[in-house]
Amino acid sequence: MKPFIEKSNRILGSPLGYGPRGIILVAALLLVPAFVSPLWTMTMYAPQYPNGLRLQIYSHKLEGGNGGQDVKEINILNHYIGMKDLTTEDFTEFKWLPFVVGALGLLFLRGVVFGTVGNLLDITILFAYFSLFSLWSFAYKLWAYGHNLAPSAAVKVAPFMPPLFGGKQLANFEVYSYPAASSYALGGTAVALIVALLWSWQTARRELPSVSAGAAVGAASRAAS
Amino acid sequence: MHKQTRTVRRGAIALGLLAGALFLARCPPSAPKGGKAAATVSDLQVAAMKTYVAPGDLDEFYLFSSGGHSGQVYVYGVPSMRHLTTIPVFTPYPGTGYGFDDDTKKMLGGLTWGDAHHPALSETNGDYDGRWLFINEMNGRVARIDLRDFKTKEIFGPAPNISGNHGSSFVTPNTEYALMSSRFSIPIPKGTYASIDKYATEYKGVAAGIKIDPQSGNMSLGWEVLLPPFDWDLGDAGKGPSDGWFFLTCYNAERATGKLEVTASQRDRDYIVAINWREAEKAAKEGKGDMVGGVKVLDPKKIPGLAYLMPCGKSPHGVDVSPDGKWIIGSGKLAGITTAFNFEKVMTAVRNKNFTGDEDGIPVLKYEDIKDAEVPVGLGPLHTQFGPDGWAYTSLFVDSAIAKWKLGTWEVVDKVPMSYSIGHLAAAEGDTMHPKGKYLVGLNKLSHGRHLSVGPSQPESSQLVDITEEKMKLLYDAFTEPEPHYAQMIKADKLHPIEIYPKAENKHPLAIWDVKDAGPVRQGDKVTVKTVVVRSTITPTSVEVKQGDTVMFAITNIEQTTDELHGFGLLDYNLNLVIDPGETKTVTFRADKPGVFPYYCTNFCSALHQEMQGYLIVKPK
Repeated sequence: MKPFIEKSNRILGSPLGYGPRGIILVAALLLVPAFVSPLWTMTMYAPQYPNGLRLQIYSHKLEGGNGGQDVKEINILNHYIGMKDLTTEDFTEFKWLPFVVGALGLLFLRGVVFGTVGNLLDITILFAYFSLFSLWSFAYKLWAYGHNLAPSAAVKVAPFMPPLFGGKQLANFEVYSYPAASSYALGGTAVALIVALLWSWQTARRELPSVSAGAAVGAASRAAS
Repeated sequence: MHKQTRTVRRGAIALGLLAGALFLARCPPSAPKGGKAAATVSDLQVAAMKTYVAPGDLDEFYLFSSGGHSGQVYVYGVPSMRHLTTIPVFTPYPGTGYGFDDDTKKMLGGLTWGDAHHPALSETNGDYDGRWLFINEMNGRVARIDLRDFKTKEIFGPAPNISGNHGSSFVTPNTEYALMSSRFSIPIPKGTYASIDKYATEYKGVAAGIKIDPQSGNMSLGWEVLLPPFDWDLGDAGKGPSDGWFFLTCYNAERATGKLEVTASQRDRDYIVAINWREAEKAAKEGKGDMVGGVKVLDPKKIPGLAYLMPCGKSPHGVDVSPDGKWIIGSGKLAGITTAFNFEKVMTAVRNKNFTGDEDGIPVLKYEDIKDAEVPVGLGPLHTQFGPDGWAYTSLFVDSAIAKWKLGTWEVVDKVPMSYSIGHLAAAEGDTMHPKGKYLVGLNKLSHGRHLSVGPSQPESSQLVDITEEKMKLLYDAFTEPEPHYAQMIKADKLHPIEIYPKAENKHPLAIWDVKDAGPVRQGDKVTVKTVVVRSTITPTSVEVKQGDTVMFAITNIEQTTDELHGFGLLDYNLNLVIDPGETKTVTFRADKPGVFPYYCTNFCSALHQEMQGYLIVKPK
């Protein structure tokens, strides 16, 4: 165990090469779409809506298709089953998501300039946590909308879970939910971070001095501190 | 070698991640999967052949489509779906001069609109007899159109105590009665005050039987029955074994007020009321009932056996009696099923007094006791029509489709999508004892641009469906005037309209047949101008009156040739009449504006139509 920790510590302390730094820069740039393009798209078809109703979820707002009219239409339809109105104010995510993405971006840039493998590992883990938490939060939101139906609704339907990924038939509606451009960009960020991490980890391990030398370096650093 | 392996491994990981990302990169389909596949060329050819009526050829059926709040009846030919004519009923129509001449103006009674919903053809032994078409209107009126000349002959009402006459006109199998009912219960008689929080107790629903004279077709009030303050919605008359009963649905059995879309949608069941109209007729004849609003109103609390409540699926809309009269089909519009009630079971439950309670003295039957089947037709079932051999067709508003199912086996065999949001539907003689099958028209609320764009006021859509085979087939899209509610489709050979008014039948006291008799006659400040219109002169060609005179033009079209209509438009006096061949019409007005006013023939008649003109000269005081 001890040799593994010592070895890892030494790897984590290694500065990043130009390659991984470049990739982290790319990862940071791939965060930018999250501010301007949608993360998720929901499309709803019904016989009366052959062209579909569209809902685009950004990091900071909800936007309906057809110049925003589709959200109003969706809310009008959902009020019959007692679903709460979809409003931007209802999503606390819209307040913290852009902030967190920005903060992550700054951490990425710090990695690009001053980075060590350790920084890279931190931002990768942070990013993974952020992504999974956001996804859970979105899924929970969907669940909550489909389950907190007003008991006084004109049309009583069984509580339901709208699809998070893929298609589903809900009453007369075919509902499709898929990630959109900026989620793919965030996926790209994840891929970039993992590639950079693997690359830099391998490089650092390969370039480590021999075990004894490493032990000496370790001893020296301990002595220095 | 070692390094190379690592590079390969790294590459493989990167590729794997990319592949994963690509797997996730999926999109919604660009069109709904549920939409039916596009019709094939051969399907289209079949549909084209089935709906093509060659120039000069005639359609097989008439379709009388209600005009909703336009107040008119529109007549279409089926299968061509060509608009043949408009019959003005509740709204003035300069095209035929309706509402401008003295008689039709008086018939309209000062109202210039009516919300016409449910046309009903007169019946003999439960089948259309082609004599009259009745149509209701929300302001408490029912009109009678004579199918001999396609003209509105009588408007009955506004009936006392009836408020928002939606559940109407649904005639009985031998045209004994048409139905009227209150969709918006109010305190009665009209003019009574009661605050809105007294709704559940002080507001009343009323149903009325409008008696129809078997010879003349003239309407009079037969009886009125007091009902709880529910929103009485749609009805049908029993036939065969269920003859003698009216069935009428309601929503808002909650007796709620305010935001009804919520407050009136709380109970799982509302009702269909079954009214024994023979009992009502008897009670009225015996002088029973309490005077309300100048008429006797029968209270079911005091007259047992008059009415029973059949619990039905939530907020039902349509109720339709099967051709053999055995089943009463009720659809809860907020349910996914249609219920077939067995009339015999209803009668058994009534005999055994299997009641669960009452509403304002009307016994409530048990749903389980009287139903035969719940048919899983689909979402938002509204109305049911019938074909021969026990087929039933139910419109599905939410699913925007028609479901085909079988009486007795209760099996749903087919669905056809409607564009979009179907309301009523009309099959060929589909509400009689002998439905003809063959065609079905879906009367849709939305057309959503299936037509050349005509701006925001989009037309409604009526779609023709072929029901000759196991699978229903959409044949044709027609775009109709607002707003088709119900319609009636009758075999064309049952109607024999006249094409001119025979001279011998014209008994109008002011009719003249010779231009020599034409001219003004003064009596004090009243001037009667007997007028002849014939190709191509309006005689007299000029008339002089004094300012302030009351002027009546009595105009006879002395033509006996088909399609030789003449108009009489009087400029600046807002008058336009159209007089059919052999017809006499009068128009009366005060000549309060001095000056010279041209009158002329507005309905093109002949090569010298332009010359068919004259002057009204009003001499100032």
